[in-house]
Amino acid sequence: MTATTTRPTLLRRALALPQAKIGLALTTVVVAVALLGPWVGPWLTGHDTTGFAGKPFQSGGIAGTDGLGRDVLTRFLAGGLTLLIYAVLATALGLVLGAALGMVAGYSGGRLDSLIMRGSDVLLSFPQLVFALLAIAMIGPEGWLLVLVIGITHAPRVARVARQSTVAVKDADFIRAARMYALPRRRILLREVLPNITGPLMVELGLRLTYSIGYVASLSFLGLGIQPPTADWGLMINENRIALVVEPWGVLLPVLAIAVLTVGTNLITDSLASAAARSSDATTSHTAKEASA
Amino acid sequence: MFRLILRRLAISVAVLWLVSLLVFVATLLLPGDPARAILGQQATPERIAALNEQLGLDAPVWQRYLDWLGGVLTGDLGTSAASQGPVTELLGGRIGASLVLLVGAAVISTAGGLALGTWSALRRGRAVDHTVSGISLVVAALPEFVIGVALIVVLSTTVLPVFPSVTLAPPGEPVWSQPIQLVLPILTLTLVVTPYITRMMRATMSEVLDSGYIEMARLKGLPERVVITRHAVPHAIGPVAQVVAIQLAWLAGGVVVVEFLFRYPGIGQALIDAVNNRDVAVVQAITLLIAGVYIVVNLIADIVGIMTNPKLRAEVSR
Repeated sequence: MTATTTRPTLLRRALALPQAKIGLALTTVVVAVALLGPWVGPWLTGHDTTGFAGKPFQSGGIAGTDGLGRDVLTRFLAGGLTLLIYAVLATALGLVLGAALGMVAGYSGGRLDSLIMRGSDVLLSFPQLVFALLAIAMIGPEGWLLVLVIGITHAPRVARVARQSTVAVKDADFIRAARMYALPRRRILLREVLPNITGPLMVELGLRLTYSIGYVASLSFLGLGIQPPTADWGLMINENRIALVVEPWGVLLPVLAIAVLTVGTNLITDSLASAAARSSDATTSHTAKEASA
Repeated sequence: MFRLILRRLAISVAVLWLVSLLVFVATLLLPGDPARAILGQQATPERIAALNEQLGLDAPVWQRYLDWLGGVLTGDLGTSAASQGPVTELLGGRIGASLVLLVGAAVISTAGGLALGTWSALRRGRAVDHTVSGISLVVAALPEFVIGVALIVVLSTTVLPVFPSVTLAPPGEPVWSQPIQLVLPILTLTLVVTPYITRMMRATMSEVLDSGYIEMARLKGLPERVVITRHAVPHAIGPVAQVVAIQLAWLAGGVVVVEFLFRYPGIGQALIDAVNNRDVAVVQAITLLIAGVYIVVNLIADIVGIMTNPKLRAEVSR
């Protein structure tokens, strides 16, 4: 009675596509830098992220110093970890919350459906970044708030996809059978519906991760995300952009890292979307084509 | 059809009202006492009480909401805590400056995206198509400020130092007095949204081009140009309108980062300043304004959708 999962085959088909391989390679490189950098950096350069390494904007060492005389390479190597952790947590929160709300709305229909979807409409009326700024203005640039607010604004976008896919499968024979056995609704949703909507949800996972990285980095760039003196790519770009002409590495390294990372995750997302669209599975949708603002 | 549009209009008004509620409720999250936050830790209880009364903070929550909403509806957005002036005065000139960016980017990206998408669809599977798809996939992944910084690196400092990387006009002078300073901000915003419009237009046009009536039009012997402009494109516009609207609405958010990057004197820059200063009235006004633009643009898209495609009726009236 348990429905067959489409996940292993979808992943395998997606990974067979050329863009997935490129995307995986790009993502792996940046993730490796982000994960290992904080430990490799001091060993490699002999400096730490906040220590004094020379005069401001001096071109000594490999990538020179920043405006406070800190070693740019060390700070670059250490600057990806926090961003990555926040982005992954925000994505996970948005996906779990959105999938749960969307499945309940789609499966239940009626008033509960209307309530959940109208509530989503309100959140969908703000650009995600502006909603985050509203929250940060009131509470302050706290790490947990970044994760929470980015996750919450992902949720209605994920919920729309989850709802649509749930509606498409909820009257399938195996689910009607499960209803006839009078299985509890939670069990039907988790064991019967969820395994059959993993395709669109995995596309959402990739899409939301790409956006999460962008939002966390953007907020840090605006000075309203990760706070100094923490070494962070978004923050570094803002700190060092006044000296772009004299000491470009402080801007170029983090910009490149963020660009390679988001392009990598987006390529993987695209391969997932292509694989899902090509499969005969009726539940997969054309999510990736939608811009999902 | 008019009933559908009216219904859609009513939903928009309801959403806008809920948004105003949310923007107001957010201020209740302010930690502690706003008056103390403004006056500092050394303030005497008397001064705090006086300021609370002056700000109307001694009234019950629902009354404060109604007062605030009434003010918004009559064009009174409150007083900026940072500048001590009315918020409307602060925003007046900035709205125009931001609109210049938004309209410029909207026009270029819509026209460019539709053209590129159509072109790709007509050359499906060929080199042009793959190039356009590849580039849009890469650009679509990049956050606004990454695109902006890349443009500054290439077009403002190193390879081709032609355009200024910051706004040159002195405060008070309209931004369009020196059009060259608009180039990079508009180009950044354009690059942010064009890939999505291109991809959607390509997908929709591909579908349309495979349809029976296009084959019919070709079999009739119509020139290819007429087939494309009279038969294919109009059918693709309806579904694409939604995506275009979502993207244009996205611009309203992207403008915040872009204005900060280029130190451009618009509402986005004002929002960042206000968030830094915890200038609640200004934050409320700008978020509400951006949400309003967002809702209206989406409303227009849905109306276009309803008018261009009768099939959409059932879906919209959900």
